[in-house]
Amino acid sequence: MTKRTVQFKIYRYDPDKDEKPYMQDISVELEPSDKKLLDALVRLRAKDDSMSFRRSCREGVCGSDAMNINGKNGLACLTDIDSLAQPITLRPLPGLPVIRDLIVDMTQFFKQYHSIKPYLVNNDPPPERERLQSPEEREELNGLYECILCACCSTSCPSFWWNPDKFVGPAGLLAAYRFLADTRDQDTNARLDNLEDPYRLFRCHSIMNCVDVCPKGLNPTRAIGKIKDMMVRRAI
Amino acid sequence: MNVAKRTFDAVIVGAGGAGLRAALQLSEAGLKTAVLTKVFPTRSHTVAAQGGVAASLGNSTEDNWHWHMYDTVKGSDWLGDQDAIEFMCKKANEVVIELEHYGMPFDRTDNGKIYQRPFGGHSMNYGQAPVMRSCAAADRTGHAMLHALYQRNVRANTQFFVEWMALDLIRNADGDVLGVTAMEMETGEVSIFHSKATIFATGGAGRIYYSSTNAFINTGDGVGMAARAGIPLEDMEFWQFHPTGVAGAGVLITEGVRGEGGILRNASGERFMERYAPNLKDLASRDVVSRSMVTEINEGRGCGPDKDHVLLDITHLSPETIMKRLPGIREIAIQFAGVDPIKAPIPVVPTCHYQMGGIPTNYKGQVVVPKDGNPNAPVHGFYAAGECACASVHGANRLGTNSLLDLLVFGKSAGETVVEDFKAGNLSLKPLPADAADASLARIARLDSQTGGESVFDVGLEMRRTMQKHAGVFRFDALLREGVTKIAAVAERAKRTEIKDKSKVWNVARMEALELDNLIEVARATMVSAEARKESRGAHVRDDAPDTAENPNGRDDKNWLKHTLWYSEGNRLDYKPVNLKPLSDDVEPIALAKRTY
Repeated sequence: MTKRTVQFKIYRYDPDKDEKPYMQDISVELEPSDKKLLDALVRLRAKDDSMSFRRSCREGVCGSDAMNINGKNGLACLTDIDSLAQPITLRPLPGLPVIRDLIVDMTQFFKQYHSIKPYLVNNDPPPERERLQSPEEREELNGLYECILCACCSTSCPSFWWNPDKFVGPAGLLAAYRFLADTRDQDTNARLDNLEDPYRLFRCHSIMNCVDVCPKGLNPTRAIGKIKDMMVRRAI
Repeated sequence: MNVAKRTFDAVIVGAGGAGLRAALQLSEAGLKTAVLTKVFPTRSHTVAAQGGVAASLGNSTEDNWHWHMYDTVKGSDWLGDQDAIEFMCKKANEVVIELEHYGMPFDRTDNGKIYQRPFGGHSMNYGQAPVMRSCAAADRTGHAMLHALYQRNVRANTQFFVEWMALDLIRNADGDVLGVTAMEMETGEVSIFHSKATIFATGGAGRIYYSSTNAFINTGDGVGMAARAGIPLEDMEFWQFHPTGVAGAGVLITEGVRGEGGILRNASGERFMERYAPNLKDLASRDVVSRSMVTEINEGRGCGPDKDHVLLDITHLSPETIMKRLPGIREIAIQFAGVDPIKAPIPVVPTCHYQMGGIPTNYKGQVVVPKDGNPNAPVHGFYAAGECACASVHGANRLGTNSLLDLLVFGKSAGETVVEDFKAGNLSLKPLPADAADASLARIARLDSQTGGESVFDVGLEMRRTMQKHAGVFRFDALLREGVTKIAAVAERAKRTEIKDKSKVWNVARMEALELDNLIEVARATMVSAEARKESRGAHVRDDAPDTAENPNGRDDKNWLKHTLWYSEGNRLDYKPVNLKPLSDDVEPIALAKRTY
């Protein structure tokens, strides 16, 4: 890569001084080594230190720098800058209250995650060694445990936009199935009871935006389908 | 400024592996505990650990804690304290099994046990052959661990203060620790967290270097806070350069790749590690492999148009193995190196990765400082665990997978010690000094009023470049001396940083300026300690301390078998003895020997 200038249109809002949000046109010159959107944002910050966004690991495992990039949710650190049409339009994740600029209030998102009891429940006295699990049983957790809680999926889901307080959302449901699918977990019935509700699970209409945006390539829709299957099997 | 006060039995700063593990002990014991964290807990840097956590479970090859202890002492180049190392290696199975019970999705062997893979420097029968000791969840072990620990804390109802940045340690005239000041990011408000016990689990400061595997948040906050409060920092000259950071990007490629059979090659395709470490080859310890790579590059055998990296080759492994055991690495290589490792080797260079030194502690997690002739006198009310602490189990060089073990064992141990001290009535809420928040408020007020100052970005860049050039994989006397002067100059500039953003709300500029204060303490400690240590040991290798009969590998045990202690005030150095005596009679001291792999 060479030096190049990139044009941005970025959502700005600082409640401390701005009456309302606005879109800022701004450009930045990139060094040849800058490859990812996050690299460009870090350069932008050197130019304007008020540009606010979360970031940490810069390799797609911490889930901090999720944002809406040219209309689609993604992680800044995993998005190739040169793959984006300019001006690159950046907005905060949709559907959550904005704290400032690209930083959203994720309280509702985590509340839903916490609501599914995201921890293993096993009431047997712990054995001295590990609980055994065959490689095939363990395989069932692949595609589930890798979630980084970035919220790209839930905030791209129309059902979550409409009912963020009632619909668990794709991230929370993926986590719910991660525990339902774990042979070591004993809370299956309570977990299903917890989701048997017109909103919590069944507001998923398989729109599949979640699958489309997941930066880890996970498939919450499939997990939700499996939970629904478990509900049906339990009923008959 | 009005400062709110909150009162707790215990305050934990940091919610990575060590902080979360400590929090579990306290929450489950019913102590009123606050966990302060700059980022949502699952965003802490433990999440980026890949290859595994060490424990001599012996699920696939014979193993025991004696061998693990020997490897760790040898890996530390005998700078590690043998009481703490014995404690850690003995506790390994227990803490890993606990984690499995918490729900951690370890990979499995055919008979359903935790999957284990070989790792650098880990051996069976005292160095004879590689051993399978690294307990792994694919190449996402840290992610799986951090989430399992967070989830267990949700179950235990741990109280988190998320996106609160701790600013300064509060001590009274006797030196007792009474808590911290902290700033809520969303409002910019400063509060005092007044507590009977304070545990630091704030991670490392790998961001002092230009090229680092570390996250943006790894700014040594706890280490900087401790240094400013008069606590010495131990062994800060010892930094681990991980052999395999993606060239140009710095992103980590786990040693587990070599554990699964990966090979390092130079420009002519030669497996050069056979020359440097005939026995363990590519699985020699990290300091040895990194130096071998830099030597290859320096002698003109590097790869690429600029001959500035070597290649990590797994093209001989089956695609199934790569997809199953190293799926995250494949994603990283495609994302950051532009190569699919199934088809082509990954360009890699040694990259700053881990801080072996830190806040001095004992194996119980108590922070210890020299006092009245005792080199290890506990500081009342103060505990530390994980990368910010120096127990010291890693000494001059850490073995891969011992960091995740460190944070489990010592996070738990620090938590247990607090609970014991609490039950024994040794901890009380001591009165806050009237000026408890003054230092923090002054730092913020200065930033708000500074004009004509320095840019945080520029000063930070100068610091990172200076560290990279003057305190790298190989060290040279003239460069170190010059580095001490340069870092002192950078530290002066850091006192005059200016931010344009004055908002109260989620002010990243203010956070970065405050983080730079912490990084600068670490950078000063590193450079000054490194300049002073006139020998080669572990990760600290000087060209003027070569391999001789008297000083094997340049290690001078007669004069330098001792821990460095650096005090921020006056850049003062002190030293304390290494504990060569194990904790119990179960094991003989591991006798000094020349390190070869």
